[in-house]
This record gives sequence, C-alpha cells and structure tokens, in this order.
Amino acid sequence: MFSQRIKNLMGCVFAAVTVMTSSAAIAGPTLQKIKDRGELACGVSQGIGGFSMPDSSGKWTGLDVDLCRAIASAIFDDPNKVQFVALSAKDRFTALQSGAVDLLSRNTTWTMSRESALGMSFSVVNFYDGQGFMANKSLGVSSLKDLSGATVCLTSGTTHEMNLADYFRTHKLKYEAIVFVTADETIKAFEANRCDVYSADTSAVYAQKSKLKQPDEYVVLPELISKEPLGPAVRQGDAEWGNIVKWTHFAMINAEELGVNRANVVEMRKSENPEIRRLLGLEGNLGESLGLSKDWADRIVRHVGNYGEIFEANVGSQSPLGIKRGVNSLWSNGGLQYAPPIR
Amino acid sequence: METYVQSHPIPVAQPPKHASPLGRWLRHEILASPIQAVGTLLGLSLALTLIWALVDFTIVNAVWTGSNRAACAMVDQQLGACWPFIKDKLGQLMYGFYPADARWRVNLVYAVGLVLLIPLLHPRARYKLHLSIAFFGLFPLFAYVLLYGGPVFRPWLRAGATLVCFLALTCLAVHLKLINEQPFARQVRAFGLVVASIVALVVGLAIAPVFEVADRLNFALLLLCLVALAENRSPRGEDRVWAERGFCLAWAGFVLGLSCGFDIVAQPALQIIPTSQWGGLFVTLVVATTGIVASVPIGIVLALARRSSAPIIRTLAIGFIEIVRGVPLITILFFSTYMLPLFLDQPPDGLVRVLIGVSLFAGAYMAEIIRGGLQAIPKGQYEAAASLGLGYSQTMGLIVLPQAIRLVIPGVVNSFIGLFKDTTLVSVVSIFDLLGGMRAAFTDPAWSGPSILYTGFAFTGMIYFGFCYLMSSYSRLMEEHLRVDHRT
Repeated sequence: MFSQRIKNLMGCVFAAVTVMTSSAAIAGPTLQKIKDRGELACGVSQGIGGFSMPDSSGKWTGLDVDLCRAIASAIFDDPNKVQFVALSAKDRFTALQSGAVDLLSRNTTWTMSRESALGMSFSVVNFYDGQGFMANKSLGVSSLKDLSGATVCLTSGTTHEMNLADYFRTHKLKYEAIVFVTADETIKAFEANRCDVYSADTSAVYAQKSKLKQPDEYVVLPELISKEPLGPAVRQGDAEWGNIVKWTHFAMINAEELGVNRANVVEMRKSENPEIRRLLGLEGNLGESLGLSKDWADRIVRHVGNYGEIFEANVGSQSPLGIKRGVNSLWSNGGLQYAPPIR
Repeated sequence: METYVQSHPIPVAQPPKHASPLGRWLRHEILASPIQAVGTLLGLSLALTLIWALVDFTIVNAVWTGSNRAACAMVDQQLGACWPFIKDKLGQLMYGFYPADARWRVNLVYAVGLVLLIPLLHPRARYKLHLSIAFFGLFPLFAYVLLYGGPVFRPWLRAGATLVCFLALTCLAVHLKLINEQPFARQVRAFGLVVASIVALVVGLAIAPVFEVADRLNFALLLLCLVALAENRSPRGEDRVWAERGFCLAWAGFVLGLSCGFDIVAQPALQIIPTSQWGGLFVTLVVATTGIVASVPIGIVLALARRSSAPIIRTLAIGFIEIVRGVPLITILFFSTYMLPLFLDQPPDGLVRVLIGVSLFAGAYMAEIIRGGLQAIPKGQYEAAASLGLGYSQTMGLIVLPQAIRLVIPGVVNSFIGLFKDTTLVSVVSIFDLLGGMRAAFTDPAWSGPSILYTGFAFTGMIYFGFCYLMSSYSRLMEEHLRVDHRT
C-alpha cells in the first residue's frame, strides 16, 4: 500500500522531469526562434569587469558581451539586437536549460561534467584562464619556481586550494596557505602584507590588482597552474545553432589572423587573397550553409571587430585590466587561439 | 495604644527650586544615578565617535569631482568616499537600462504619484475618497501607460469597457436572483436572456477575429453587457432603470466607437520600453509599491477567509498562507522565472511574474498580522453589531476591521519595511535593482579602487535607510493620530 503510493509519487516526478526535459529538447531550431523574436537572448554575468558588465551609460560591455554582439551582427546585421540577461553563477545553467537564454556567454569554464551531466554544449574557448599569482615587486620573484616557502593568500570555496597543493607537491616546493572567505578580504590581506603572493584566476588577479592602492608595485607571474577554458555554451540538441556560435568565434580569430579589422574591412573587400575573399563572403556560399547570409563574417568584423580588437579593448592593453595576450595569443604567435580554416 | 490621625491639612509646598525643564530632564532622566551618568557618558562618546567617523568618511575625506579612478586615488590612502563614482553611475542606479531620453516618463510618474500620495497620507486631508480612487484606481494605469509605453489611450478604453461590462454583469446577476420571486412568464424571459447572453458571448468571440485577443474578449463582454442591459430591471423603480440603461448604452457605444476609431486612425503611442530594461531605484520602488499596496487587500481577504466558518474557504486560506509562508521568497521568484516558461507557451512578462509573486508572498504575511488584530477584537463588538442588525460585510467593514487594522499598524509597517528591503531579491530574475546595479557598478575596472566598495554601500545604505525611516516615522505619526495604545 505504502510502496504503491511511493511508486505513484515517483511516477509523477518522472513525468514532471520528462515534461521538463522534453520541452527543453523540442524547443526547435534556436535560430528560427531568435529570428522570430527579433533579438538574441544572451546570458551574461551580473558584473564581471572586462567580460560582461553595464557601463555608466547602461551599455553592456566586455569580451563575453562582444561575442553576443558578434552573433547578433551575423544574424541581424545589427549588434544591438541582443537582450542581455544577467545571471548569477548559480542560476546560469537553469536559465539556459529552461530556454530563458539562447546562449550562455558568461565566463563559464568548459568542463567534462558540464557537457556530460548538465546538457550543455561548449565548442570554443574565447578566453584561456587559469590560476595565476601576483607578488610584490620588492620580493624580486620572476617565476613560480622562486616561491618555495612562500605564504599564499587565496579565497576559500574554489578549486584554487586544491590546484595550489597539487602544484607545489609535484614541484616539491614548500608553501603556507592563508585562506579567506571573500575575494575582497583576500586582496586586503595581501595588501597588508599578510602573505607574499596572491592567487586566483588570472582574469580575477588582474581585476583585483586594479583595486590595490599602488597597483604598479605588483607583478603578475607568467605561469598558470590550472586550466580554466572559458567559452560560450548552448543547449545540446541543436547542432545548427551550436555551429553558428562556434563559427562566429572562429570568424573573429580568422579575421585577426588575416589582418582584417574593423577599420579596414571595407577596404579588404578589394583584396585578392582567396582566404579573405571567402571570409568576407565574396567567394563561395559558406554563410548561407550556416543558415546566415553570405556576408556574415563581414558583418561581424564591421560591427564588432576581430578577436584581437575585442581582447585589447575589453581586457587587454586598452582596458584598465591590462591583461597580457599570453596564452590567448594566436597560435601563430605562440598562443592557443587557433581556428579551423573557412573553406 | 495610640492611633495617629491627621487633624489639619498639610500646607502646600513650593515647587523645588532651579527646576527648569532642562534641569529636571538632566537630573531625572540623564544623571539620576552614578550608573546612569556613566551610561550616558559612554553612550554619548560612542555616538560621537560613530557620527564623527561617518562625517569624516562622507564629507571631510571625500573626493567630490573627477571622471575616473585616478581622481579617487587620493582617498584610497585615507579612507574617504569617492563621490564622482556615484555621480558617474547615478543614471544606472536610479533608472537601470531605461533609455536616457525616456527617463522623463519615470520622473513624471514619480511627480504625479507624490502629488496624489502626500495629501492622501495627511491624516486630516479632504477629498480622501477622490484621492484614493485616483491613486489606487487610475494612477496604476497611468503609470503602466507611461512606464511601459505603447498606445496611450487603448489601455484606458479597455479598462473602462471591462469595468462597465462587469458592472452590467453584476446587475444581470442581481436581476436573475430577484427574478426567482417573479411570476412564471418573467422566469421564462430570464431563461431566454441567459441563452441570449451565451449566444452574444460566442458571437462576440467569433465575429472579431481581426482584433487582438484582449479586444475580442472585450467586444464579447460588450455585447453581453448590451443584452443584459436590454432586459435589466432594477427593483428601484422604472425611471432609474431607464437612466442606467441609457448611461450604459451610451458608454458602450462610446467605447466601441473610440476603439474602432483609434484602430483606424493612428493613435498616439509612446516607445515601448520592455521591463528587462527597467532597473535601479526605479524598479525597487515599482516592486515595493506594488507589493505594499496589493498585500493589504490580499491580506484582509485571506485573514477573513481564515477566520471564516465555511470549512472549504477556511482550509483553502490556511493552505495558501502556510504554503506561501513556508517557502522562501527567492524560491517563488526562481520558480516563476525559470520553471514557469517550461510549462506555459507564452508566460507573462518577467517583471509581472515577480510582482505577482511578491504580492502573494507579502499578502500571506499580511493575512497573519491582520488576523492577529481580528482576534484582539472583543466578542462584544460582534454582538453589538449583530444586535444593530448589521450583516457580515457591514460588521466587518464598519466595526471590526477599522479597529483591528488600527491595532496592527506597527506589525503592518514592519512588514512593509521588510518587503522594501526584500525587493533586492529581484536580482535573481536578471533585473538590476538599486543594490544589484551597485554591485554591477563595483565591477567596472574604470573605477575599481579600494574606496569604491565603501562608497557604494554607504550610498545605498543611506537610500534604504531614508525610505525605511520615512515609513516608520509615518506609522508613528498615524499611531499618535489614532491613539491606538489607549494612553490616557
């Protein structure tokens, strides 16, 4: 009798889950939905400097935001046809699964479990992040190897502690960790010389560095000890839409590689280089096979820019963050950013 | 054995010397005993320290001008407020993403709201009924048209038409109820009337497929209203009936004519600003005001239902109150934001879902506060009302509720203040309220610096404190005015 009731209850739960998952899966081709709606719903953060945040005039800016604008440019020829939905780290996956956003471009690390268990699909990395270190220049360190016996300030509740322990153990270095609850406490303690080095994801290290009283007295060490590939995610089950997101990023990388930028894209239409001509849709029909127009990549570069441009403007040398290109350089410059050819 | 008997009156004594009001206050309230004196000194020094720290931070050490973080580099060293940061972000903090060239609409709504609200809040103001109708009935519609945008006149027409139709339907219902007491021939006619109404409804829904759904429904209701009026005979006398009929027919014709006219001629329309672009203090006020205004009637109805003797109504009220109170507000908001779209094809607007969720949530709490007041009313009041021949609605409306609500003002205002601060939870539905906007502003690398965090929280703290203090001061004023605590 009782077990029967439990079975009934389980049945209800399963039915509910099935309804939820199936309605998410049969949401249909996302591109058509976006065109019907007239704008792209893009999930961004509630404020991460350089990646996605509203500026003083209420305009969304950042590296992740520019990816959304690039996709909107490719679809609508208008970078402003984006509805930015600000999501907390907790709500972001639910929002994507429920269809509240078409795309998650929110500083999200590509991991196996997020693809295997959460139904996300990642395909490109628009920022290679990783755990990094910052030290006072007066310490005279230039590499992690010099840090044996150092005290390290870091924030609890992240994977940073584990990464740190692993790295120092494998390299047979001694260290002492001082752990704080919030990022602001951590950086204040570091500033008060409670520890020799500060450790967090590189993008956060640079953001925190700008909050110091004398930012110029500190140096960010070149090594990264963990992999945090950040990239856009879509729902599984709509490969056509996934392709559009993926190739928008690749188009920006290829444009940088080919020297096509916002300023010269109109000029470049006269170029004889077949690769540039294919990129800008002057030869072949690649854009239409994606479900877009022929000049999709031309639109992206014209409205938003190539990858190098958006990197430098949002997080790189032209921004207060001043993050070095480093691993995010093009493969031809020794970095990891590599795009398959457009042909 | 002697007994002492006072044989003559004690002479009247002079008042104590040096008893100026200030001196007495100092002696009796402040320095009555050594312990009290020490306590006074300690409290005074603590207060001065805190006030001095505040003045130091917000005024003495503060930076007032500049355009980026370099301007505030100076206060980074000595802990002062960086006001140019607030100035730069003020638009975001007050209006969110609401377009700058449309912000006059928000300001106009503020102005009209204040003009209506201030006399309404005055205990001895005149024309309270008119003001109440204007503030609770017309102002929300006005605010909607102005804040959201779209056609300027259509919402008024729709609301008016719907209201008239429902009035007419109420007439019809009363009429049908009375008709039971009428001769058989009239009962037959009443039956015919019901059939005609249904036909009218169907025709109305089918005949106007060119209009939007809401218009079609309105049209159907109008037809129904016409049929009802054609047969409506109030028991109050023939001349009055004709007056009512004429008025309703004229109104229906007017509304229909206007609707059609405006659909043909282009009507003035404001630019639509979707609620996803609303934000800042503005959205905080929208959510808080809606929740506060809606929670009182919801609370009264639920409280009365919970004390009702009808078991189904009582059980439903208890179930609703306990379920809503037993779930955190954030869960309700989260569910309505991310789960509802999975079940509904066209879920209502995100902010509307939040407003409904917040109103129901606050209503459930309000119900229990008001129920407390209802339980404090002695049984004699009910019996007195019954002995005067008052019915349920009259007893409650004239005798019980006015006393009960007067008793629970502190609890009600407590709930309002809590609700005002709970509005920060709307950040889960991707709306930047005042605090959310501030947190987003913190992440701007153009401004990042050690003093930004303190400045931002000091500023938001002052705004929240200002609003909450106003509310509690007003409640004290009202209590004073109504003399609820039966002080002699």
